[in-house]
Amino acid sequence: MMSDLTKFTLAEARDAVASKKVSSLELTRAHIDAIEKARGLNAYVVETPDKALDMAKASDARIAAGHAGPLEGLPLGIKDLYATEGVHMQACSHILDGFKPPYESTVTSQLWRDGAVMLGKLNMDEFAMGSSNETSYYGPVASPWLPAGWDAEKGRAALKGDKKGLLVPGGSSGGSSSAVAAHLCLGATATDTGGSIRQPAAFTGTVGIKPTYGRCSRWGVAAFASSLDQAGPIARTVRDTAIMLRSMAGYDAKDSTSVNAPVPDYEKAVGASIKGKKIGIPKEYRIEGMPAEIEALWQQGIEWLRAAGAEIVDISLPHTKTALPAYYIVAPAEASSNLARYDGVRYGLRVPGKDISSMYENTRAEGFGREVRRRIMIGTYVLSAGYYDAYYVRAQKIRTLIKRDFELAYNDGIDAILTPATPSAAFGIGEKGSADPVEMYLNDVFTVTVNMAGLPGLAVPGGLSASGLPLGLQLIGRPFEEETLFSVAEVIEQAAGRISLPQAWW
Amino acid sequence: MTTTAKPSKLIKGATGDWEIVVGMEIHAQITSHSKLFSSASTSFGGDQNSHVTLVDAAMPGMLPVINEECVKQAIRTGLGLKAKINHRSVFDRKNYFYPDLPQGYQISQFKDPIVGEGEVIVDVSASEQIIVGIERLHLEQDAGKSLHDQSPTESFVDLNRSGVALMEIVSRPDIRSAEEARAYVTKLRTILRYLGTCDGNMEEGSLRADVNVSVRRPGEPLGTRCEIKNVNSIRFIGQAVDVEARRQIAIIEDGGKIDQETRLFDPGKGETRSMRSKEEAHDYRYFPDPDLLPLEFDQAFVDELAKGLPELPDDKRSRFIADYGLPAYDAGVLVMERESADYFEAVARGRDAKLAANWVINELFGRLNKEGKTIAASPVSSQQLGAIVELISAGTISGKIAKDLFEIVWSEGGDPHAIVEQRGMKQVTDTGAIEKAVDEIIAANPEKVEQAKAKPTMLGWFVGQVMKQTGGKANPEAVNTLLKQKLGI
Repeated sequence: MMSDLTKFTLAEARDAVASKKVSSLELTRAHIDAIEKARGLNAYVVETPDKALDMAKASDARIAAGHAGPLEGLPLGIKDLYATEGVHMQACSHILDGFKPPYESTVTSQLWRDGAVMLGKLNMDEFAMGSSNETSYYGPVASPWLPAGWDAEKGRAALKGDKKGLLVPGGSSGGSSSAVAAHLCLGATATDTGGSIRQPAAFTGTVGIKPTYGRCSRWGVAAFASSLDQAGPIARTVRDTAIMLRSMAGYDAKDSTSVNAPVPDYEKAVGASIKGKKIGIPKEYRIEGMPAEIEALWQQGIEWLRAAGAEIVDISLPHTKTALPAYYIVAPAEASSNLARYDGVRYGLRVPGKDISSMYENTRAEGFGREVRRRIMIGTYVLSAGYYDAYYVRAQKIRTLIKRDFELAYNDGIDAILTPATPSAAFGIGEKGSADPVEMYLNDVFTVTVNMAGLPGLAVPGGLSASGLPLGLQLIGRPFEEETLFSVAEVIEQAAGRISLPQAWW
Repeated sequence: MTTTAKPSKLIKGATGDWEIVVGMEIHAQITSHSKLFSSASTSFGGDQNSHVTLVDAAMPGMLPVINEECVKQAIRTGLGLKAKINHRSVFDRKNYFYPDLPQGYQISQFKDPIVGEGEVIVDVSASEQIIVGIERLHLEQDAGKSLHDQSPTESFVDLNRSGVALMEIVSRPDIRSAEEARAYVTKLRTILRYLGTCDGNMEEGSLRADVNVSVRRPGEPLGTRCEIKNVNSIRFIGQAVDVEARRQIAIIEDGGKIDQETRLFDPGKGETRSMRSKEEAHDYRYFPDPDLLPLEFDQAFVDELAKGLPELPDDKRSRFIADYGLPAYDAGVLVMERESADYFEAVARGRDAKLAANWVINELFGRLNKEGKTIAASPVSSQQLGAIVELISAGTISGKIAKDLFEIVWSEGGDPHAIVEQRGMKQVTDTGAIEKAVDEIIAANPEKVEQAKAKPTMLGWFVGQVMKQTGGKANPEAVNTLLKQKLGI
């Protein structure tokens, strides 16, 4: 038996629990201990050890009785954007102060249905708005990866202070990526509106998939931008994400945008041959100023896939460069409306005022952080009379064009598209975006196109940067063909060799 | 360009004639078990906040799911308004903050409504019909209700209505008087009730009107309009139009100009007052609701609903005129409510239809109105009234006796045929018996006989005496004929 039960992959843990080599209780206790020791990283905003132990005991009973589910007894972390019945859900915002929903999101309820165990709620950028997990009301999350030249002692000192200089775990699902990379759960739920699963996965050497829009129910997940939001998993291997996605996906009559299509056993696609698959390489993703090591990583990825028998095809997605500006109109527009419900009237924070208007103003000024307020203002502006056509309508047209770019590529027989996941490796906490928010927004340059087109996208580690930090490759698939992504990603995973995640220094 | 009203509808101002132009937005609550996007009950009068789901309260992560029955009701209504049904429509968000609007936006339809252009034939009076164009009908959510009278320091919110389905029916500015405005709403309500798509209950708020009023010199372009919000009775709609038109005329005649604004009608004071100006108007930032797919259906879906529609009032009215030979006005009165029309048909079937119409309209409606009863609660059933009509037609009872019989049936119930038998109410048609009474009266009143010979209108006095003696049962025609004969007049 493995000495540290948190070092299992999710698949390994599943097999160990199913074969009764390890009990869910032991597995869960190991994770609870690890979480306690890792509080400095700030990955969890709420720990639910009692609930976890109860769920683990129930899992062990089901295993003993011979009816274990596909995720039976496996401890997971849940992003704070998901409603969890009776447990804190605040989207890491002050405005939802004290909110404990009387309902469970569809996605998490499916995880519990399949036997998973909840360890707690994971930190994130406030309302999923951010690319570094620095906008959380609960403070930034540190990546378990140390900056080049840092030793454990320096890292620990920084954790005790303002964390400046430590690396960001990406965002918005920074708590999820950090917790997975630091072995504080076997896998985590995350969400992705413009890259919030794939960019944090790339920054932490983990695997994350944003499935096709409509694949997972959005019911019970606080909305950021409804037409772009999708749930998905972050885990340590391609196989692990495939296992988790099978439980998370599925049609939900309570979400009008969810799609009624059967959920395949994604794990079966892991290890399948990619011989003859046509992999598109879009020239527009070779952006100006892209570091040479990112270019080299991409080239390496191409070589690996070619070596595995895939056909590499140069393609063009001509509207790529318009995606980011269009995204930063569509997403804030929807957000400005979605976040209107946080008004201090029915739940969460209320800051009194002399009348209803001042109550609204006080509550929302105090309840929302700077970045959320900025996006609400941008969104309100672009939807305003006189600006709507110039901004929102044009952005929607661009969206149609981006979608068409992909459709044309897929019509030409392309099975998947390979790109870098991010334009750089992880940066330091406090390093970006304080003067110019666009500096931060540029992190999403390779990922937003996928949300705009509603396609599945997966980030898988491809190697390390010169300074020893993980770099990710992105695979973009055809609608509802997540299986292809799992097959191709596993080839990269095998070729790159599993990145060894940092040993606990925290 | 819209038509100009008849001269009789113009309002006289100090400086000449003015024409009123009215267009209306009617908010009609859809008859359905559950709300537009949630499973909460729509029933009226529950405890505060007892008909509220997580969706209606806009909890984080909640999503709307369209209630198909509400869509069907909107299509049925569109068909009833002879309107274009749009096979693809889009739900938009109308954004504004208010405590009784939990989402911070109302889900409505802005650019692409479910129903397009149609028309309503409006009976303004016995002799006048106008056509009011329908611009569109769209689906939207109702808001909750703010309660300001529960506490001196706080306001409360009741979300029972939050999310209830409404149809907003927008008319063209085709209405030219308060009378026409009332008649339009009355007719629209009749159609909605026939269709069963809205109960039209204005007291409970199921039907509310925003009334757009402007004035102009006859033949001139449209004037600046003011919108009078949320008028909740047909009578008030008429009053609001008049009061607002006169206010606007007074301003213009004093050299002022009308500011486009939203106003409220105060029935107590009989005035409208400003609610908010155009400058204060909200920017609703409409955009397509990303939580909902466009609403799409095919013609077969519409055809299926069309097949299930009831006969509508205009068709029914034409049929009553053609089949029963009723005067247009009577037919119009009878079809106002579907229940009345059904009642009438039950009475008329196989009987004298005109007589049936008279009895339904004059006796029955008169009596129901007097006692504030609906036709459904009528103590006299259609079978009973049919029997009464039958007895009259057969000459078994006179019209006068029939009224007594109606009273008995109204208050005591029972089979009219049996009542007539048991209480000896049959008309005396036996000439012998009538002649006997006539002879006795003539013999007893020689001076009156002389007077009658000189002044034939005295006949009425003799008729009265004979009827009195026979207990009202003598056939009046027979009495008349015999008296004339015997008196030689």
